[in-house]
Amino acid sequence: MEVTITVNGTAHTLDIEPRLLLVHVIRERLRLTGTHIGCDSTSCGACTVLYDGTPVKSCTMFGVQADGVEITTVEGLLTAAGLDPMQAAFKEHHGLQCGFCTPGMMLVGKTLIERNTDPSDDDVRNAISGNICRCTGYMNIVTAIQAAAATQASDADASAEPANV
Amino acid sequence: MLPSSFEYHRPTTIDEALDLLASLGDDAKVLAGGQSLIPMMKLRFAAPSHLIDINRIDGLDAIEEVGGELHIGALVRHNDLVGSELIRGKYPMIADAAPQIADPLVRNLGTIGGSLTHCDPSGDLGAVMLAANARVVLKSKDSEREVAVTEFLADTFQSSIEPNELLTKIRITSPTGPYGGTYLKLERKVGDYATVAVATRLMISNGSIGAAGIALTSVGLTNIKATAAEDALVGQTPSQELFSEAGRLAAAASNPVSDVRGSEKYKRHMVEVYVRRGLTRSAEMAGAA
Repeated sequence: MEVTITVNGTAHTLDIEPRLLLVHVIRERLRLTGTHIGCDSTSCGACTVLYDGTPVKSCTMFGVQADGVEITTVEGLLTAAGLDPMQAAFKEHHGLQCGFCTPGMMLVGKTLIERNTDPSDDDVRNAISGNICRCTGYMNIVTAIQAAAATQASDADASAEPANV
Repeated sequence: MLPSSFEYHRPTTIDEALDLLASLGDDAKVLAGGQSLIPMMKLRFAAPSHLIDINRIDGLDAIEEVGGELHIGALVRHNDLVGSELIRGKYPMIADAAPQIADPLVRNLGTIGGSLTHCDPSGDLGAVMLAANARVVLKSKDSEREVAVTEFLADTFQSSIEPNELLTKIRITSPTGPYGGTYLKLERKVGDYATVAVATRLMISNGSIGAAGIALTSVGLTNIKATAAEDALVGQTPSQELFSEAGRLAAAASNPVSDVRGSEKYKRHMVEVYVRRGLTRSAEMAGAA
């Protein structure tokens, strides 16, 4: 079946079998291997991507369902200016060890701080409760997401200041 | 894991979906949120030849009050229930349950229609809808019928939907007068199935209980409506003794088995505790404690 899926801003027209899961399309057809397959059973969140901005588990959705949809993967966080503030915060605050869960954690973190600019510990822990990390004990992931929220808030303040004339 | 091959259909209207169901019948499955169906297909417990994706059909995702009833469209996501002002303001039992279903990412896709049709005895919304005395609307190409959830949740993973039918909405009578409701869920961790969960609802009229709803999750072959416990409450004045008695009756109606989540005895005890606690909280909400 022919579908057009926009991934990280680039439209891809592909002929795919309907039974291919979205994660297979992303990893094997588009060769974007930042999206991981962990449990393959809707539990761990390593395969998290944004589906029109909403975080979903791409191991539990068919690729054909993304026809006409904008998908964001972890590769889409990087900008020409460098690391996204969420990526920079994970690096700065040691929000990862093995890195397997990190793409999902950062994407969920991004959508959280878009709607909640100053998330509490509980807010963050609730938001990432569908994503499992087996290394960090979560402490530094929570800190990193809060730090990214703070960076986002101070960037917004800076851009809101009147021009220095 | 890859499911078996299937042909994929994506209707954009209800009529188109009903035509497909009429012609494909038993060989087809309806794909809504996919959060139960796709795992089942990956494990090859389900291997439909045709998948009818209803996600692009407009008009199946409304949450609205219509003439003294709450209508919830089949495609309403669990997270839509979490975010709904109407649900939060007026339907505390549903509002309590929604954020406890699975995990946040699953809630972004999982739907109420899919959850009910799946008939998992560990499904949270099955118990909530039994306690609410909900009805489901089932449409086929030539007819439309309304079925009580008590009848719809026929057996383990088996609803009473016909192969040519589509569940389009859930209907619940809106509460009148003081009321309260809760969903208490014991789970080992986020995303796990409930060890035990209990939905409770009370409506107070002139100081006594006008209507009561109690239903149970994960303690039998289906979600269980504790009708003897409900009947014992109606017409009575709320009290701890009464709620304890309802707890005992509900525990007697449960049929749990020992597994990794707990022993049969423990689960039965927790039904009793949660029914008492849920009714106490419901009565407090209704200002009758």
